[in-house]
Amino acid sequence: MSVLKALLNRWTWTMAWRDSQSTRGRLFLFSLSISLGVAALVAIDSLGGSVRQAIGQQAKTLLGADLVVTSRAPFTPQDEEWLGSLGGESARETSFSTMLTTTNGNRLVNARALDGGFPFYGRLETDPTNAAAAFHKGDGVVIEESLLQQFGLKAGDSVRLGTADFQVLGALRKVPGDSVAFGALAPRVYLPARDLDRTGLLKGVSLARYRRYFQLDSKVDAEKWVKEHESELRKRRLETDTVARRQRDLGRAMENLFRFLNLVALVALLLGAIGVASAVQVHLRRKLASIAVLRCLGAPISATFAIYLAQAMALGAAGSLVGIVLGLAASTGLPRLLQGVLPVSIQSQWEWTSAAIGGAVGMGICLVFTLLPLLEIRRVSPLAAIRAAYEPPRRRSFASWMVYGIMALAVAGFSGAQTPHWWEGFAFTGGLAVALGLLAGTATLIVQLARQLARLPLPFVARQGLASLHRPNNRTLLLLVSLGLGTFLIVTLQLTRTVLLEQLFPPGQKNGPNALLFDIQTDQREGLQALFQRLSLPILNEAPVVTMRLQKVKEVPTEALVRKEGDPRERGDRPPDWALRREYRSTWRTNLVEAEHLTAGSMSTAFVGEPSASNRVPVSVEANIAKELRVGLGDTLEFDVQGVPIPCVITSLREVDWRQLRPNFYVVFPMGVLESAPAMFLVATHLPDSQTSARLQRELGKAFPNVSTIDLATVLQTLEAILNKVALAIRFMAGLTAGTGIVVLIGAILSGRGQRVQEAVLLRTLGASRFQIREILFTEYAVLGLFSALTGIVLSVAASWALAHFTFEVNYAWSPGVLLAALVTVPAVTIAVGILTSRGVADEPPLEILRQEGTG
Amino acid sequence: MSQPTILSARQLTKSYGRGPEALTVLKEVSFELGAGETLAIVGPSGSGKTTLLGLCAGLDTPTSGEVSLAGEPFSALDEDGRARVRNARVGFIFQNFQLLPSLTALENVMVPLELRSGTASREAARALLDQVGLGSRTDHYPTQLSGGEQQRVALARAFATRPQLLFADEPTGNLDDETAQRVVELIFSLNSAAGTALVLVTHDLELAARCQRTLRLKGGRVLTPV
Repeated sequence: MSVLKALLNRWTWTMAWRDSQSTRGRLFLFSLSISLGVAALVAIDSLGGSVRQAIGQQAKTLLGADLVVTSRAPFTPQDEEWLGSLGGESARETSFSTMLTTTNGNRLVNARALDGGFPFYGRLETDPTNAAAAFHKGDGVVIEESLLQQFGLKAGDSVRLGTADFQVLGALRKVPGDSVAFGALAPRVYLPARDLDRTGLLKGVSLARYRRYFQLDSKVDAEKWVKEHESELRKRRLETDTVARRQRDLGRAMENLFRFLNLVALVALLLGAIGVASAVQVHLRRKLASIAVLRCLGAPISATFAIYLAQAMALGAAGSLVGIVLGLAASTGLPRLLQGVLPVSIQSQWEWTSAAIGGAVGMGICLVFTLLPLLEIRRVSPLAAIRAAYEPPRRRSFASWMVYGIMALAVAGFSGAQTPHWWEGFAFTGGLAVALGLLAGTATLIVQLARQLARLPLPFVARQGLASLHRPNNRTLLLLVSLGLGTFLIVTLQLTRTVLLEQLFPPGQKNGPNALLFDIQTDQREGLQALFQRLSLPILNEAPVVTMRLQKVKEVPTEALVRKEGDPRERGDRPPDWALRREYRSTWRTNLVEAEHLTAGSMSTAFVGEPSASNRVPVSVEANIAKELRVGLGDTLEFDVQGVPIPCVITSLREVDWRQLRPNFYVVFPMGVLESAPAMFLVATHLPDSQTSARLQRELGKAFPNVSTIDLATVLQTLEAILNKVALAIRFMAGLTAGTGIVVLIGAILSGRGQRVQEAVLLRTLGASRFQIREILFTEYAVLGLFSALTGIVLSVAASWALAHFTFEVNYAWSPGVLLAALVTVPAVTIAVGILTSRGVADEPPLEILRQEGTG
Repeated sequence: MSQPTILSARQLTKSYGRGPEALTVLKEVSFELGAGETLAIVGPSGSGKTTLLGLCAGLDTPTSGEVSLAGEPFSALDEDGRARVRNARVGFIFQNFQLLPSLTALENVMVPLELRSGTASREAARALLDQVGLGSRTDHYPTQLSGGEQQRVALARAFATRPQLLFADEPTGNLDDETAQRVVELIFSLNSAAGTALVLVTHDLELAARCQRTLRLKGGRVLTPV
């Protein structure tokens, strides 16, 4: 209370200002430690606001229509009639994957045959702009911009889809409702619907989607209509999408992204706050005599405390202010960086509330962290004014434990607000505390180790360098924490990225399958085999595919299991909707393939007789999907195979390594059941190089235009590009944390410069050369950098393993390259920054420095 | 002693540590000082001079015994209470001057006045600096002043609140003879002009002789009772 009163006193602020006279510049530099963290918070919050606003304003362009109805089979006349009663305008689209043949190469694309005025809201963005209008007139096709660039194509060139040639009208840049990232994964090609038959493609492709886009009368509420007709839609196997749902889903996804980014920003801010707190500690240590004198002159504890609290507040305010300016500047640049990843176009704007919130959080966290060193003021006895060697007793007071508690609560409170569940915020805080604890523990260990090592008969410079790590007022703890935390975040990010990529594309399969051909018709098999022979390509796997849907699980109709509106059942009680409603693409065979192994039961080789409830087909189910469907050995399933019900019983469970590019299946039937059903074939092969890949695709384009190829190399390239784009924002944040680490490093070195100068001067007076002084500095920073890197690496391996194991549920993949890079880069940066910041320590003549220090 | 007592020390003992390892640096020291009186505390290094000064000024608390300043016993006051008494009644001069390095000479003199009332008259502070011969150096920082000048600023600061008692801890210890002489003259002239009592800790017997009374300490005990 008395501190508050003192803070309201003008004299306190005048004294705080006067007292900072000689250190103002340096204090300002220290305050910058929190600036990057605040900048990150402001930029993210500002961007979040802009995205929310954009989603609200451009709601209808998120879908391009009021309502979209999708079917996996052509709409039946009954469907058409029923949907026709909706009224308004409508457009039709048939989309499917197929190969696009160009003069410069072939590529799997997402072809969309469009008829009608879609998009009703927003527009197809094309280059040239009039290409969209020309497309609607039916003059040719528009193709994903990246694909045109890849093949060096331009408007006026000719491309082939199936058996038909088309003129390229222009590049497709944006379609309402799709993100550019989507287009990168499956490049889009829009063709007029009336030309679809000419391509001859729809007969040979297995996975077509049929869509109807509606622009409804203003009286019809799409969301309400969908809710009212939920069961009818389900019965007709029609899926719907509305603007409101898109808005909700997108909003949720964006919130999650921004919350995650906010947590990363918090780490940068905390690191900065630790830096500021440490700077305040050094500052106060220098002010010990002044504090004691003030106490001698009769200043109460509260007044002296308030003076330095005022300085800390000013420090926080200055750092936050710089952070706000940086954050607002970044928020104008970020939308440009994220363009293409977000499905809405964002107007960069300055969100003043974000600035206020970021500033307040920055100041608050900074203040809480600086309270800890400030508490020491209360212990400064006026006796220190007459006894130079007086050391205040060092014991943690109740108040300091209180401050620790406030710190933990502040961090947990902020992170709790960023996570969907409060306990996740606490878990994050706990994890952070463990990381900080480990780093602090390592620092203590290094101090002890340095003390022991300095006693060994090592070269002089090594001993001196090591001694710097444990001398009084050393900055080892702060430096190790800031550098280690920065390393930890960046390396974790890099490792996780590698884990995810390697999960999809495991290395070390030299002659394993790296290309998959699908949609092969039964009558094309022989021709294809001949082609493979001619090109000397192996057929590593061949499998028939029959599409089917689940009808019953353990005798309960799937419709009864699907969650309805207002269903009180928890998610854990029943199989998830996607597992119940998806289209199962199954195969038949008698044996296991390379990428799988049995976990229970045994494979049935053949089935005799007619499938019925009393004569069920023995099937093998993939272990994970069995878990999702809550079924095991002996349980029953019933599939609808293109209109025919097939009762089955699970006689074996298989674990499948989905990472291998082979025809893998959830459900495998025995011989004698599906042979008569319409089937497509899949073939896995190994393409030794890109020339062979191009040759195969050329041949396929000529002889089997409906057959599509997935080339692992292309997919890997595309996926990396997308991951890179998404990771850009996260990298930006991790970069800010590393930047904060460097600012803290500079601050810490500068704050200890006085002592370093004295030591250097003394050593030089005793005959040490400048080179030796630099060697001492080098040793100190090399050891610091090395141990920071090592601790950060150990922590990041643990964290990325935990992320892989618990969050992504994938196998962990080691990436020694990333670890090695960190092990080299972190010490190198530490040494470089350390030597640069200590510049001049070894250069000035000893007498000069002595004079400066004596009067300083 | 005809003057009313301003400072009273009774049976002051100060020990560090406990049990058989306890180190007693001051043992049962008693004396009284009247208003306007001057007292020198002399003794070799480690005799307990500074400890006694610290206890008398309320900068430290005794292991046993009692200090009263202007009739107010320190034992009845907490640290902030003692600070209030110091600000109201006591002035300090230190061996190493102890000016606040980031404040100008004038601001240093103003601090005790500001602590008392929140504001300080610049004119009063300037007049004090004039009195010590530093009227032209008011805006200089301590680093821009010589040792003698710094001590004179400290002197002006010590007298700013018109204290009843001035504590001087080796005030000339860091000064050359000539400067020391000037500072000493200034201390005694200001002291007598303001009627302030003085407790002077020194090694210098010549300086001690200028005080009305002398307290000799050795090994924490009083050799010459005053």
